[in-house]
Amino acid sequence: MFSSLNIRIGFFLARHQIERSNPWTTFLIIFVMFFTFLNLVVISGILVGLIQGAVDAVRIHYTSDVIISSLNNKTYIENSPEVISIVKSLPQVEAMTARYLDGGTLEANYKTRTDLKEKPNTAVASITGIDPVAEDKVTNLSKFIVEGEYLKPGDYDQVLVGAYLDKKYLPIDSPGFSALNNIGPGTKIRLNVHGVQREVTIKGIIKAKVDELSMRVFMVDSQLRSMIGRNDYNVAEISIKLKQGVDPATVRDILKQSGIDNVAKVQTYNDAEPKFIKDMKDTFALLGNMLSSIGLVVASITIFIVIFINAITRRKFIGILKGIGISEQAIEISYIFQSFFYALCGSVVGIIVLYGFLQPFVAANPIDFPFSDGILVAPINGTMFRVGLLMVTTIIAGFIPARLVVRKNTLDSILGRN
Amino acid sequence: MIEVKNLKKSFKDGESVTEVLKGIDFVAKSGEFVAIMGRSGAGKSTLLYQMSLLDEPTSGEIFIDEKNIASLTISERTYFRLSELGYVFQDYALLPEMTALENVALPLLMQNVSEKKAYHKATEALTRVGLEKRLNNLPSKLSGGEQQRVSIARAIAHEPKILFADEPTANLDNESSSVIMNIFKELHAEGQTIIMVTHEVEYSKFAERIVRLDDGKIISIEKN
Repeated sequence: MFSSLNIRIGFFLARHQIERSNPWTTFLIIFVMFFTFLNLVVISGILVGLIQGAVDAVRIHYTSDVIISSLNNKTYIENSPEVISIVKSLPQVEAMTARYLDGGTLEANYKTRTDLKEKPNTAVASITGIDPVAEDKVTNLSKFIVEGEYLKPGDYDQVLVGAYLDKKYLPIDSPGFSALNNIGPGTKIRLNVHGVQREVTIKGIIKAKVDELSMRVFMVDSQLRSMIGRNDYNVAEISIKLKQGVDPATVRDILKQSGIDNVAKVQTYNDAEPKFIKDMKDTFALLGNMLSSIGLVVASITIFIVIFINAITRRKFIGILKGIGISEQAIEISYIFQSFFYALCGSVVGIIVLYGFLQPFVAANPIDFPFSDGILVAPINGTMFRVGLLMVTTIIAGFIPARLVVRKNTLDSILGRN
Repeated sequence: MIEVKNLKKSFKDGESVTEVLKGIDFVAKSGEFVAIMGRSGAGKSTLLYQMSLLDEPTSGEIFIDEKNIASLTISERTYFRLSELGYVFQDYALLPEMTALENVALPLLMQNVSEKKAYHKATEALTRVGLEKRLNNLPSKLSGGEQQRVSIARAIAHEPKILFADEPTANLDNESSSVIMNIFKELHAEGQTIIMVTHEVEYSKFAERIVRLDDGKIISIEKN
């Protein structure tokens, strides 16, 4: 069937049909193929990007590229000052931030509560001691201040409270989760860590789509250290931001080789990704593929209908072609070329729009999903695979109706007999 | 030479069978110009379709240069039509998306003739029918007579053994019809075998012999 002569004549016929067909019809078919391409690539890209946006946010605003955290049986990293000095000595490191971490309770209405039988307005939170400057340099924490101001190094007895601890931002009444009522910048709250109580003023509210930030209370590291008696300067987390282009796995391995993994967990942002996030990514990718499959079926039906109508309306001319001696195979190949042309044009336009406009636009203006700033994930190899699928599907969808019409009796086709 | 032996063709429509050709025996020699005539429904066009391999007879044999056509497969028949036969349709049957030149060149290209040679031969054929100035016109830009001339050019460009024409002047005015018939006359003078179906007595006079059909049978063969 695919002899060079048949291909040559098939191409000749297809070229003339496309060149001299109604440009609006051609435009419409390519337009449909373009949207099919977007359906194939963008829907799944957004579904995956929804999770990827959350993953990226955790990387940028919490773990950074590499995170060193306490072992499971410890609440702190032993010999933290030594670990920190090793980290700082690495040329690949651009910045780092160390955090003290402990559990505590917050109480808001202790001043206004007159009846002791009245339920105290408390919330449980992770209290995080940070160097405000270093933290901001690594995780850009100040960006998430929605009320009040960010901490300064000398801000004693002042805290930043995560939005999930403020009922105003999380109006959920759950028995397992409590938040504070009527708080805001300037409100005094009582902080209790390991029985050490201190009255602090809320300096700002932190609201981010990274739960680790929105559920924490941040204070200056030296103050928390004194509250929990951490005179050995052992921190609980160290987030490390690497220079552009450095592979986090390389730095992780260097740190492990230096013996840090004996006293702490050393993970890249990817290693630290919780399993449920990985499962969600797989789930959304699967959903994306399912939707893409539907798109593929729609594309094949579209091409089938287009080619079938084309072949049926040109049945007489197909008969004439056979009548003057053009082989059936050459005629069928001409329809394969036409299907290929439509799919190719739709894909090329789609690729231009996707990589020239959509992906950069969504990257600059992420989609505001409730739990993440969704991006458009469309790796070039995945896109090319989908383009290949689209081509194969449309070629088959174009070939079948062409074959149905071409195989009809030559004279019946010429005379328009059924 | 084309020889038809006891050719029958019938059509089934549900239970009923209509016999259109009822045993035709007929010979046309090489270089001969034969006109097939008869009233409507006599079986003229059906006979032409069988002889030109556009259709398959119910029974009987067709020999072209002593080759039994009945034994050919579908693709062999297609190739035979391409290389050995030429066909002029009543309604021109040009491909609307191709220029006159491309319409004529297409069968040549299918014969694996190089593009340059195919277009050269197509130009020659179109020049021969007086359309050297209309090579790049689409059929929609040509008159009926000009379209029929393109159809003739396409049929003769590959120098077929037999040229079949199915009422080639039926859709044309007198002037255009005369032009077409004069082309057939010239082709015949150069030795081209022509078998033409017509219902116009005036144009049947161009043929050497007239085969008259009625009710699926040859009722007379007359010499002009």
